Amino acid sequence: MSLPPSFTDDLSGLPTHAFSHRSLTWWGIIGFMVIEGAAFALTIAAYFFLMNQEQEWAPRPWEPPGLLAGTLFTLVMLLSEIPNTMIKKAAEAYDVGTVRKLLPVMVAIGALLFVIRGFEFNSLNVLWYENAYGSIIWALLFLHTTHIVTDWGDTVVLWRLMETPHSEDPRRLVDTDENALYWRFVWLSWLPIYALIYWVPRLFR
Amino acid sequence: MTAAERAKQPPTKVPRDGPKLTGPKLEQRLESTWSNPPGFIGWISSVDHKDIGRRYVITALIFLALAGVLAIAMRLQLSRPDNDLIGAARYNEIFTMHGTTMMFLFAVPVMQGMQIYLTPLMLGTRSNAFPRLNAFSYWTYLAGGCLLWVAFVLNIGPDVGWFAYPPLSGPQYGVGKRADIWAQMVTFTEIAALAAAVSLTATILKQKAPGMSLARMPIFAWATLVTSLMVIFSMPSVALASGMLLSDRLVGTHFFNPAERGDALLWQHLFWFFGHPEVYIIFLPATGFVSEIVATFSRRSIVLYPVVVMSLVATGILAFGLWVHHMFATGLPRIGYSFYTAASMSVSIPTGLQIFCWIATMWEGRPRLQVPLLYVIAFIFTFVIGGLTGVIIAAVPLDLQLHDTYFIVAHFHYVLIGGAVFPLLGAITYWYPKATGRMMSDSLGKISFWMIFLGFQLAFFPMHISGILGMPRRVYTYPAGMGLELPNLLSSLGGLVVAAAVLLFVVNLVLPLRRPKHAGPNPWDAAGLEWATPSPPRPYNFPHIPVVDSRTPLWDAGETLSVVHGLRVEDRELLLTTVLSAKPDLREPSAEPSAWPLIASLALTVMFVSSIFSPWAVVFGAVPVVIALTAWFWPKSPAPEPEPVIS
Repeated sequence: MSLPPSFTDDLSGLPTHAFSHRSLTWWGIIGFMVIEGAAFALTIAAYFFLMNQEQEWAPRPWEPPGLLAGTLFTLVMLLSEIPNTMIKKAAEAYDVGTVRKLLPVMVAIGALLFVIRGFEFNSLNVLWYENAYGSIIWALLFLHTTHIVTDWGDTVVLWRLMETPHSEDPRRLVDTDENALYWRFVWLSWLPIYALIYWVPRLFR
Repeated sequence: MTAAERAKQPPTKVPRDGPKLTGPKLEQRLESTWSNPPGFIGWISSVDHKDIGRRYVITALIFLALAGVLAIAMRLQLSRPDNDLIGAARYNEIFTMHGTTMMFLFAVPVMQGMQIYLTPLMLGTRSNAFPRLNAFSYWTYLAGGCLLWVAFVLNIGPDVGWFAYPPLSGPQYGVGKRADIWAQMVTFTEIAALAAAVSLTATILKQKAPGMSLARMPIFAWATLVTSLMVIFSMPSVALASGMLLSDRLVGTHFFNPAERGDALLWQHLFWFFGHPEVYIIFLPATGFVSEIVATFSRRSIVLYPVVVMSLVATGILAFGLWVHHMFATGLPRIGYSFYTAASMSVSIPTGLQIFCWIATMWEGRPRLQVPLLYVIAFIFTFVIGGLTGVIIAAVPLDLQLHDTYFIVAHFHYVLIGGAVFPLLGAITYWYPKATGRMMSDSLGKISFWMIFLGFQLAFFPMHISGILGMPRRVYTYPAGMGLELPNLLSSLGGLVVAAAVLLFVVNLVLPLRRPKHAGPNPWDAAGLEWATPSPPRPYNFPHIPVVDSRTPLWDAGETLSVVHGLRVEDRELLLTTVLSAKPDLREPSAEPSAWPLIASLALTVMFVSSIFSPWAVVFGAVPVVIALTAWFWPKSPAPEPEPVIS
């Protein structure tokens, strides 16, 4: 240092982890949520821009997407928030046992969602190369699929990690807490996309 | 003793910095904790923000030189009418590579590199947030730059302009892989910029020294915060656009194909929603440099600090409301013309306020006309001219007349070179002693400054004239007898002067490296915390974390520097503070060096480059990326016991 130090407070008593906005991890997660949220918002803007090119939406002869798979997907997504909240609360209460029990449940829910998503792609009633309407519908569904794939991968790694002695480190519980927060973002961002893929093409025929 | 064993020790047994452990003994122990491992593995594993920042800046300067060579090639071609030095197709490639390299591989990365290097030092912290993400950012940027330039050397470089408008860049007209390489290079650089922006934002919000509330933060850190947030909000737009372009070209989607109800103008909206903020992402860090340099060389704090900060924030917000002024010639509703003209003119207000504050600071202080301040004065002069031509082309009737002429080329070089490169050269001269421990030559610096400043005016002022005379951009030659000979010859001569001056600047960068490190910690007698560290700074930045109670900590410090203490010495530990008032809150570990960010970046490169050729590469290429990311995040040390806390 260019100047000799004069000592003030001793910070050795400060905690070494905290949940929510006090931790760096939270800010990182929020940063990536904003980036992905911005990408979704712009895709939605592109959707309305392209919709403006058509007289009706979905444009004939294409039928709007079938409702069953997408609605089932939405229901499972919404219900997944129950174990997700339980994991979040358990992490904040340092309850490693509950976290260990429930993480595989979230992994299984993710796997179930992939299967339903497969049926969703199959029920869009339009292919991506048929016209711009098909392109943007597929783009929305594809982007959201990358979203659940990343969070699912994240959850699998976390699940395996929490089965090791590393789960005793409170910072891993902070990670668990933030992973649950991210899952909330995944299903919240799905709701407008669900409306745009399945309902707007019905309402503007 | 392992990390886990250390963690089990009672708090008093854990070595911490403080009155009992200070001076050389402390520094030696911190040095071994924070240094890179030895050898090549250590070099590729570095997560030190100073290493990453320096690599970013040097790589960006190499790209500047490459794009500069292309600029000289274009000026030689245009130096006389009906010249046949370069053919039309090659000229298309050259101006595309010049613009793309300058915007994506030089301007944004060099600013982020400076921010990565300087921000933690200015904030008084030992490292940045998410140091491995930062390393990943650099490697990904490097991969994107190599992709573009290797393609160019292999004669498959892009030729569709730096903004790659469809339908020219679409599957019908952009045959081959040239446009795909452009689009995928964009993906690389956007991921790199976004990763760096998240790291910088978290660093600024959570790692300020105790007492450095937002109202006391250095203006450069404010500029970094605003630009990082702008990156976060704007870059997804171009990443989305380039993704759509690739899918139009590779799997037959129709986002930009009017024949199937797509719209080529959707591209322009998405591109400029990023492209216009990008101008400010380049310009605002430069205003941060200017504020720091003006304060130091006027020997007083910036006049009306709150106005300067509010101007930065206002510019950041207004920048998102201007993008359509790049599209006046596409035809818009009347209300659109009026709105975007008004918005474009209004952004000159906060910038004007900042300029008045800098002039007032120099007026009130005792300015020392050394090289960094000369660049600032050149910046103000040149940027004001560029700003005025900007106000001219914000008016729709004039814009329609001048659109795609050399007047526009003159305008944006005045604002980008005048507004960003001049302050950057000043900033490099200013912080060079901090990074290297040596001073650049003042006399050589002054010679290269005057050559760059005058050469620039000679190169770009005549372009206003050739533009008004109707010379279009991006055309490889022009006929004789239209009055374009003289302005073009002058521009070409000016270009050569600038090139010689830049060479001189580089010589001035390299020559001092052979001399001993005599600069001392604070050669300019500046006020910021970065000048409290040795030059060059040690890997841990600060042996003790400083405490701040003013905007000019070193000027107000007196004989000693107030510090807090109690951080671990044998583990990498950071102090986190609260967002607004910077009160000490937590001690968190900081990541150890790792080669996994590089490996993850390489896996990503394989995936992205392969996906130019097959959509399945996205699926199969993702597997190595996932493996690398998992290895990156998996904790390496044995799980430690929770550290006992003194209550």
